[in-house]
Amino acid sequence: MSGLISGKKGSRRLLMGNEAIARGALEAGVKVAAGYPGTPSSEIVENLAKVAEAGNLYVEWSTNEKIAMEVAAAASFARLRSICVVKQNGINVASDFLLHLAGSGTRGGMLVIPCDDPGALSSINEGDTRHFARLLEIPLVEPGDFQEAKDMTKWALELSEELQCVIMMRSVTRLSHASGNVTLGDLPVTDVKAEFRHEGFPLDPNEGIITSAPVAFRHSQQQEKLKKATAAFESSPFNTYTGPEKPEVLIVTSSACNLYSREAINILKAEERVGILKLGTTWPLPEKLIENRLQKCDSILVVEEVIPFMEENLKILAQELEPKIGRKIFYGKRDGSIPSVDEMNPDLVIAPLAKLLGIEYQAMSEEYATNAMQKSFFAAPVRDLTFCPGCPHRASFWSINNVLKLDNNRGFVCGDIGCYTMATLPTGFSTLKTLHSMGSGTGVASGFGKLTQFGMNQSVVTVCGDSTFFHSVIPALVNAVHHKSDITLVVLDNSGTAMTGFQSHPGLEVDASGGDAVKLDIESICISMGAVVKKCNPFDFEKTQQLLFELLEIKEGVKVLILEQICALSPEKKAKKNFEMSVDESRCKGESCGCNRLCTRIFRCPGLVWHEESGISRIDEAICAGCGVCSAICPVGAISRKEVAYE
Amino acid sequence: MNKSLQFDPYNLIITGVGGQGNVMASRVLGNMFSMNGYTVTIGETFGASQRGGSVMSHLRISSDACYSPQIAKGQAHLIVALEPTEALRVLANYGNQDVKVLCNNRPIYAVGVISGELNYPEQARIHEWIGELSSQCWFLDATDEALKQMRHPIYGNIILLGALAATETIPIAREDFKSIIADSVPADKLDINMKAYDMGMDMIS
Repeated sequence: MSGLISGKKGSRRLLMGNEAIARGALEAGVKVAAGYPGTPSSEIVENLAKVAEAGNLYVEWSTNEKIAMEVAAAASFARLRSICVVKQNGINVASDFLLHLAGSGTRGGMLVIPCDDPGALSSINEGDTRHFARLLEIPLVEPGDFQEAKDMTKWALELSEELQCVIMMRSVTRLSHASGNVTLGDLPVTDVKAEFRHEGFPLDPNEGIITSAPVAFRHSQQQEKLKKATAAFESSPFNTYTGPEKPEVLIVTSSACNLYSREAINILKAEERVGILKLGTTWPLPEKLIENRLQKCDSILVVEEVIPFMEENLKILAQELEPKIGRKIFYGKRDGSIPSVDEMNPDLVIAPLAKLLGIEYQAMSEEYATNAMQKSFFAAPVRDLTFCPGCPHRASFWSINNVLKLDNNRGFVCGDIGCYTMATLPTGFSTLKTLHSMGSGTGVASGFGKLTQFGMNQSVVTVCGDSTFFHSVIPALVNAVHHKSDITLVVLDNSGTAMTGFQSHPGLEVDASGGDAVKLDIESICISMGAVVKKCNPFDFEKTQQLLFELLEIKEGVKVLILEQICALSPEKKAKKNFEMSVDESRCKGESCGCNRLCTRIFRCPGLVWHEESGISRIDEAICAGCGVCSAICPVGAISRKEVAYE
Repeated sequence: MNKSLQFDPYNLIITGVGGQGNVMASRVLGNMFSMNGYTVTIGETFGASQRGGSVMSHLRISSDACYSPQIAKGQAHLIVALEPTEALRVLANYGNQDVKVLCNNRPIYAVGVISGELNYPEQARIHEWIGELSSQCWFLDATDEALKQMRHPIYGNIILLGALAATETIPIAREDFKSIIADSVPADKLDINMKAYDMGMDMIS
């Protein structure tokens, strides 16, 4: 639908923010795009991968974010334009390389595009990447709507090429995953040749060597670039002011908060009283432009998400400018006007703004609000997240949890990031006991496994997904093997980066664009490291549990159990059911069974429903994925499965 | 499309549970208005929430400006619910005395209901409550009909779009739907989608 490459100049499309960024990259003549999948960033690389062949691009899902950054940087060194796209956590992973890249400078235009997730809608943190721009001393820009998402991508790539420094363009969930109208620009016909020049004078930025040393020299060059960026920001088309010449309140905002602020002013009908200074260039701040606006208003409301980043930078600037522009009063996160956690929305701008303007505002009548809230409270309790019907992870954690209970030495599982993160919840039988970054389950387990010296005798198990295995588990596994740490790693191999939409990874035969790739075999890698390795299908409870038991019995060194079963949502499965499931009503004894409603209360697959009136369990045919697993859990064999024959 | 919007921006929320085709429905509807020159903003909540969680799309349809991807509290004009209790959840945040609701009857039980820890309200109560909290509401068995007629529950979302056209709350033309859906699904799925749309229209009128 998006017509990413077929869309003609001047045509108007409804694009997701991420699609707009991808189109902007194409309009800028980007040749290389790399990233690691992560919500809400994935669709940028995904969309570029789809048109890689038609547009003569090189697009890859790299093994992890640091490598993605290095791959994109290589393109820049060879004078091509490139982007690297990651979610907020990816900047942490890539930051070591980025710090060096900021110092070494770049050649072809290069953007690093983190998509942050304020409110952690699809994350387990709400890390704010803007601070990295200041830490790394690189320019930071942020689009304020969908058209800007496209236009800014091109503008920032051109600026990066001019300054020869990497630029950070930050998006957020509510832009990346929202859609709006975008008028397309031209797609350039480019015929660029990649060439890495390195034979010139070593300090020559175009012909020399690319490194951050000698540090004092390169660092001062880097700061010169920042000054030039600031000068360019003064006249950037992405910094706009809307409102009266001398407003009562000046809102300074950026990113998605721009749209919330506009909405708040609109709802309060305060267009004549409030101005919005929308900044597209958020670090370093364009000082003259801000001085000009601050001069005309004394009450400043800073609207931004997560950390008071703009607020603090604005306050420093206002302090320096005080002799010229007088004292300003700032409202924002520091005084509690704007919350410091969770995502923003129009109501969170309306509240402090209404207060500052002395406007009484009520979103809905008290009577309606109370009535609706009571009804919603009774009828619609929060929906807990669950593994999908037919999810292999439910089966895997069923076995892991059962084995650890029978093993009876208070064993536990260290986890990390993927759908299997949800095994901290009842859907995974609350099996995960530590949960941090990608690959950290194995690293943490490696540490736990060495604590026997201090009297610890609990079984240490860790889990990771197949994509995570390549991303960051391998070094942790090397560490555990090398130090003879007594751990068991269960690889939950569902054949893809499932959580973010089945992107390719090094364990598959395809690359991001669907082309041939070399498949690396997880089993062989683990064996070559010297681990004891077993493999089976997690839908086979008996074998899985038997193998896991055997591995836990081995008391020294690293054991690996690979549980291989394709994700229930995988496009390859085409939503086909392997089994037609049914509950034999004459066999299910319901409450009188003594099984404590094992299938519905404990196993909790959404396809199995407790039927209150008849007092027995039932299969919901609209939801059941037909994996057949639940037939093995019923102690009286009341759940039966019939193989579905497909032609 | 010859009728104009009753409000500008028109604030529509499509709500449901992960996997019901909510995002697809909002894209199709958004594109139908976009192709007719309206400025559309869609805010979506998906990702982890697709794993059994509530999924909501906010559509802002305007003749001129780009609005926030999140509707402010109490500002919805129309709620299309793929799941009945989700309609109530949305009403509590975005409802008002004048809001209209188009609602699919098929429940999707939260895990707490499946496990027997919570009760799911009777259909009659849900209808009564939604009626009380809206100025006008329509209920239909979209998923059940999709299962019967199309042998797949997913077409419930398209049946609802057809029904939405028949409510005449917002101007929707069948030919616009056809042109957008033809672009969105494989060619061999066009007929079944048109059938679902027409069924939805008939279920209201």
